[in-house]
Amino acid sequence: MKAFVRYSPLLLIALAWEISSRLGLVSTLTLPALSDVVAAWFDLAKSGDLVANAATSLWRGSIGLLLSIFVGGALGIGMAWWRPLNVLLGPLVELFYPMPKSALIPVTVLWLGFGDGSKILLIFLGCMLPVTIGAFNGARGCDRMLVWSVRSMGASRVRALWDVVLPSAAPELLNGIRSALALTFVLLVSSELIQARSGLGYLIGFLGGGGVYDAMFAVVLTVALLGFLADRLYLVAMRRVLIWRE
Amino acid sequence: MTAKIVVDSVNHLYRPPRGRPVLALENISLDIREREFIALLGPSGCGKSTLLYLMGGFLPIETGAITVDGKPVVAPGPDRGIVFQHFALFPWKTVRANVTYGLERQGLPRAEREARAQRFIDMVGLTGFEDSYPSQLSGGMKQRAAIARTLAIDPDVLLMDEPFGALDAQTRHLMQTELLAIWQRSPKTVIFVTHDVQEAVYLAERVAVMSARPGRIKAIVDTRFDKNDPAVHKSQPFVDKVDELWGLVREEAIKAEQREAP
Repeated sequence: MKAFVRYSPLLLIALAWEISSRLGLVSTLTLPALSDVVAAWFDLAKSGDLVANAATSLWRGSIGLLLSIFVGGALGIGMAWWRPLNVLLGPLVELFYPMPKSALIPVTVLWLGFGDGSKILLIFLGCMLPVTIGAFNGARGCDRMLVWSVRSMGASRVRALWDVVLPSAAPELLNGIRSALALTFVLLVSSELIQARSGLGYLIGFLGGGGVYDAMFAVVLTVALLGFLADRLYLVAMRRVLIWRE
Repeated sequence: MTAKIVVDSVNHLYRPPRGRPVLALENISLDIREREFIALLGPSGCGKSTLLYLMGGFLPIETGAITVDGKPVVAPGPDRGIVFQHFALFPWKTVRANVTYGLERQGLPRAEREARAQRFIDMVGLTGFEDSYPSQLSGGMKQRAAIARTLAIDPDVLLMDEPFGALDAQTRHLMQTELLAIWQRSPKTVIFVTHDVQEAVYLAERVAVMSARPGRIKAIVDTRFDKNDPAVHKSQPFVDKVDELWGLVREEAIKAEQREAP
């Protein structure tokens, strides 16, 4: 019930959308009626196109994101734990962090072609730095005295890294991963829109190019919904991991 | 009597991330006896905590040597437990998990870990708070948990770094009494860093007074007398010792204070 009240503004927008198209306030070429979009969504779902392309996109997105989490996380924690690595990689991170990663779309296609590889590489490269920076800041804020404590209780240096530095980094690391998750959708759809032969982004471009606007909107809404669901699920999981923070 | 810990001509250079290195400890030599309670007393910035960290093996010993039971200190180890001013508990572990952690590192089987942890949690008066996280505890309770965690591994040497410095006056007093009782029941070698003269006199058998930076051992004062009298703080031997040590520390505190001034 609370959720319903909270998201009721969405319902109002949906209503406004439907009414304005039906009354002809906006051209259906610009904005097809919501009911038509929903109908097109069911057609797409029935034909199997939506599911197949969504599966492709989600596969690319998850692999790219997972890679960025493991490599980025390890890099960030390594940089905080071992100074030479920070000296070596710090300037590179600073340089590439603000770069618009979509500029890499043609580069990754040039390297890996139109298939999954280029999308995965793009997402990996684009999402890695927010994770790295989160892990780095989190690990740097770790309590040095706690590291000493576990060392005096018989933990090795590696053990201390695992038992103290990694969990200390968790809050900021998990926030970094949340940014990376949002970025995954941005990079995924934009790269598929530009240069791909499958995926939800490709489907949007394909349907738009063919003038099938209600179906195109159906896919756009699907992407928006997937992004929203992913973020919500992530937040629930993150709260559970960080339960110790009052 | 043979010494448990021998500190031999130790110097320590503190290198701040920016700026010039500072001589933090100069030519420190100190013998600490087995099962002795010794306090390191001095103004803030005199290097007393640094000396403690060197004994713990947390900082590298560059000149001089420190031995425990004749073996040189090269790294931290479970023979030397430590309690810090700001507790250094795992914020993401419950009280029970904080206490069992060290026991797990020591390779104790699970059932034994649980039983032993419970014993020490009970001993420090945290019964009923086993499943609380540190953020749910008061400062005094956090320090009780940290003490239980360290005592549970049964280290020969207990290093205490101003452990009651972050607590309010009543809690501090209570914790001092309890620590003394624990030590009297099962004496360990305790090295207790503090800048509180009364605390040093009340707890320790000997007090090593340190000078303002660079830290040197200025004097070692015997502070053994009957401490189980509830009115010990008002007794003549206590008051005399406090006065004597105040006299030694005062000068150094003034020096340290002047150095802090712009």
